[in-house]
Amino acid sequence: MTDDLYTRLAWLPSAPADFAVTCKAIGSLLEPGCAVRDMALHALDQNQLTRLGRTITRLHAEGRSLAPLEKFRLGLIGNGTLDLLAPVLVATAARYGLALECVQAGYGQMTQQALDPDSLINASRPNAVLLAIDYRALPLSVTPGDPATESADIEGALALLKSVRDGLQRNSGATIIVPTLAPPPEALFGSLDCVVPGTLRRVIARLNDAIIASIDGSHELVLDVERLAQTVGLGTWHSPALWNMAKLPFDDSCLAIYADHVMRLLSAARGRSRKCLILDLDNTVWGGVIGDDGLEGIKIAQGDATGEAHLAVQRLALELRSRGIVLAVSSKNTDAIARTAFRDHPDMLLREEHFAVFQANWNDKAANIKAIAQELSLGLDAMVFLDDNPAERALVRQLLPQVAVPELPEDPAWYARTLSAAGYFESVAFSSEDRARAGMYEANAARSALKVQAGDLDTYLATLMMEIWFAPFDRVGRNRISQLINKSNQFNLTTRRYSEAEVAAAEEDPTVFTLQVRLSDRFGDNGMISVIVCRPGAARDWHIDVWLMSCRVLGRKVELAVLGELVHCARAAGIEFLIGTYRPTEKNGIVENHYAQLGFSQLAAESDGTTVWSLPTTTAIPAVPMIVHGSSPHAYPPALKRKARSH
Amino acid sequence: MDQIFSKLQQLFQDVFDDDSIVVTPGLTAADVAEWDSLNHIRLILAVEKAFKVKFTAAQTGNLKNVGELAALIRDKMPAA
Repeated sequence: MTDDLYTRLAWLPSAPADFAVTCKAIGSLLEPGCAVRDMALHALDQNQLTRLGRTITRLHAEGRSLAPLEKFRLGLIGNGTLDLLAPVLVATAARYGLALECVQAGYGQMTQQALDPDSLINASRPNAVLLAIDYRALPLSVTPGDPATESADIEGALALLKSVRDGLQRNSGATIIVPTLAPPPEALFGSLDCVVPGTLRRVIARLNDAIIASIDGSHELVLDVERLAQTVGLGTWHSPALWNMAKLPFDDSCLAIYADHVMRLLSAARGRSRKCLILDLDNTVWGGVIGDDGLEGIKIAQGDATGEAHLAVQRLALELRSRGIVLAVSSKNTDAIARTAFRDHPDMLLREEHFAVFQANWNDKAANIKAIAQELSLGLDAMVFLDDNPAERALVRQLLPQVAVPELPEDPAWYARTLSAAGYFESVAFSSEDRARAGMYEANAARSALKVQAGDLDTYLATLMMEIWFAPFDRVGRNRISQLINKSNQFNLTTRRYSEAEVAAAEEDPTVFTLQVRLSDRFGDNGMISVIVCRPGAARDWHIDVWLMSCRVLGRKVELAVLGELVHCARAAGIEFLIGTYRPTEKNGIVENHYAQLGFSQLAAESDGTTVWSLPTTTAIPAVPMIVHGSSPHAYPPALKRKARSH
Repeated sequence: MDQIFSKLQQLFQDVFDDDSIVVTPGLTAADVAEWDSLNHIRLILAVEKAFKVKFTAAQTGNLKNVGELAALIRDKMPAA
């Protein structure tokens, strides 16, 4: 069971019986991108993935478009045979919305490929490079009882890795994926290996710690291969037969799960991880059906195997919430009855206040999930839906293919592990804002409830007691700023992405005007919710290169407050006109009329839908329903205000 | 033996991505354009998985044609 879960990607629906035929037909489709992605969303084995990967590569070679998949080039460097891995990676990438092209270095050419600026990998200008290496790529020796050699080996291995990583960084500019190393299962002494210096067990453990500590957060991602190999079992992972025969760095049965781990990491780095877990209630959050069995009849207590299985689901949901994943309920139930479990059952870990949205009704689940997404201002592709009922899962998968719906085994004991194994919430950074996020969304849901009661918008906004803070970019905000710049899709005028280095450059350039904007209200701190970058134009102009805002604070006149601050600062700098550009994308339709609504006049419209707007800085900006703290060096919110609402 | 061949036929078509391959006892790597060392490994892995058998490197390295592969599979398979 456990082997199957990971190596067979058991959370994905099984492959269609006509896989081979469908795969063959893909090439003749007019728009093969969607079909490729649908296919990749199944639990394909390594042979099927290889086949799909080759199909994709063939379409690439023929110059066919794979839209809506986005192009991505990955360099592959390793000390073993990568030929089996490449097509599996290509197919798996489609699962994550990427049209992947793999550039593969020759066998054992790690250092040359990294250091030579004209090497195959560097010259291909990859978006990312995967170091698909194992412990055999590094000069490690077994010297039991010799701590000096152990340390020297670790330093040597780190130095080699560093020269490779620096070389790639310098010559390709790509994001580098650095693995931890899976130790081989062969022991020298036995349990004593973890004690005696110079055993591979010790050398690799220490080296892994050093690798993790050396990761440069702005250019590198760590891929925890050690953990993955241990999860599937080191004895399964390392196949001496395949290494001897073909220099395969790990068993071919692990190709699919390895590729999935690589792609979920890359996907997270591109801001595509999921943000919200929607839970069914009956037989998912507790055992039994509360409408039939009553409050006393449902199984959720310690000491009952079924009850403990569902408690594990609740515990995982709470842990996810503590790292910023928003929780919601979608259940076919009478609202009042469903809520009694959360209010009155002493053994429940989850409580009503942990959920940002609670949809217990008799509507179909797809409609409910759409309503939840709307209420939270999150895309459907940010949602995960957990439900024990295969029919509900199938319905949601069919109607809302963007929502991730894990398959679940019959036994609820495996629910929590299956959800976790799917890696939907993979993330490449964790900030204090992430920790507070779930609370912010709940406060937001409370705000919308208030909005309904308050009736007229201005009255409502006044009751929020908002305070807004403006500040130029700085070191402290840098991480969150680049997170917002790279993740915001909807309220984003230009969708220009900046690397963290480019954010730092804007921060330091005196000719560039930057703003980070924070907002608090009586429900709590919303954290950083808007980012602006203006660059000097030809005359006395500022060109607004970035204007984005978190959709959490839509409809609260924050944009108007931002404009007020912009005009104020521009005027102080002797600027006469603000020039704004709207570049349409699939996702930013909500800001199409942003500049028109703010009183800008249109200068130009291009054939791709891009529009250019201008506003004289002499324009008077109306007052806003919030307290404004302008951007002076001391304008940060006091620490007290930064503290998020806690439960 | 017939069953082994019909299963092999399917595996060959899958691995070499070529529906026109006809598997006969006399078929050799020289007869199939795509049959290089890498695809040989993929073929052996696919055969091992499909028939639930394991080969040693020596056994798979010395095969002369598909007939020998089929015989090897027959010898390894648990008696029916």
